[in-house]
Amino acid sequence: MIERTWRVGVGARLFALTIIYSGESFKRFHLTLREIYFTGVMSLLIIVVSAFFVGMVLALQGYNTLQKYGSSEAIGVLVALALVRELGPVVTALLFAGRAGTAITAEIGLMKATEQLSAMEMMAVNPIARVVAPRFWAGVISMPILAAIFSMVGILGGYLVAVPLIGVDDGAFWSQMQANVDFRLDIVNGLIKSLVFGVACTMIALFEGFDAPPTAEGVSRATTRTVVISSLTVLALDFVLTSFMMVV
Amino acid sequence: MDRTTIDLWVGLFVALGFAALLGLAMKVGNLTANKIGATYSVTAAFGNIGSLKLNAPVKSAGVVVGRVDKIEFQSANYEAIVTINIDKRYDFPADTFANIYTAGLLGEQYVGLEAGGDEVVLKNGGKIAKTQDAIVLEKMISQFLFSKASETDTKTTAPSAKDAATGVELKAGKSTELGDAPF
Repeated sequence: MIERTWRVGVGARLFALTIIYSGESFKRFHLTLREIYFTGVMSLLIIVVSAFFVGMVLALQGYNTLQKYGSSEAIGVLVALALVRELGPVVTALLFAGRAGTAITAEIGLMKATEQLSAMEMMAVNPIARVVAPRFWAGVISMPILAAIFSMVGILGGYLVAVPLIGVDDGAFWSQMQANVDFRLDIVNGLIKSLVFGVACTMIALFEGFDAPPTAEGVSRATTRTVVISSLTVLALDFVLTSFMMVV
Repeated sequence: MDRTTIDLWVGLFVALGFAALLGLAMKVGNLTANKIGATYSVTAAFGNIGSLKLNAPVKSAGVVVGRVDKIEFQSANYEAIVTINIDKRYDFPADTFANIYTAGLLGEQYVGLEAGGDEVVLKNGGKIAKTQDAIVLEKMISQFLFSKASETDTKTTAPSAKDAATGVELKAGKSTELGDAPF
């Protein structure tokens, strides 16, 4: 218990240091760009493919139930709201933790194990400014972009199943969606969620890497912990954020 | 990998993100659908607004001509003051009738405007005098039950008011009355 609390304290301190030393990652922006390439661009494929299938299965399942009540036109609303409000940010964050979070943890853990971080300190290079902060900002920038792409691709997948395959009316699909999805309350709130998840996931991955015991076993355990803790944090944060956003 | 290649990919990634957001805003969300241009606002007092929400549509002949802007409770005469914004392109007579309708059986509530015959039109800050409250389903059912109960009461005996009230409850509990009713 005390060990856990201690770790939370160290994590919070690392977070504060990352924010303080993040000036470097904007001054030498190519460092951050490189990390955006590795965390964001390389995650595109998994995000797009899973979004497509999530959207398609949502439309299929939604149609199955909605047609019992004779309102299969509402399928567009169902797919769009589910994706924009919840599934977009949450599934993106879970995939991100698995795809990019583990890579960050393993990379930093190995850097520490092979004493690259100590070497940097020897050369008077702050490893937090040089290694941690660019990865942090890359994750924070990538996550909302990935979530927006996830939602849009998912809706297109849902459209593909609902309209050409099932035969829901094309106009009703989009117009009902437009009538019921609010830009501020649904889309912007979804983006805020994904931004928070981006901060949480990246920070957990960085911390676990930084805190990993410098052994092969230590790094492998830290990688596992990154996925578990990120996923649980994302799901818990999702509930908290949703309850804050559900005013009135 | 070359630095410029990375820049290109990241640029593409960000552009894709913006395109997705734009798509969400324009095609999925109501950012474009909500525009009704310049408006003028009028108020209407209702005894009961049901579950009318802010931003609910204001329709005339089924066409959206405005939005509900503000809903306030006026404690002076216990009425709800609803402020609605109407598109500048449309003029309504001063004796326009404002109703609160429900879209479909379980749909959202909206304000329906029925034009009167007055020569004078509503101006910005004007007030709609003729209004009709939202229909409350419980009230309607209880009215219907009472009228049914009083019918059967007059057929048999006419007991005291207190007995009649309990009689209504019994009738409602049996539910055969409701089942046969042409509701």
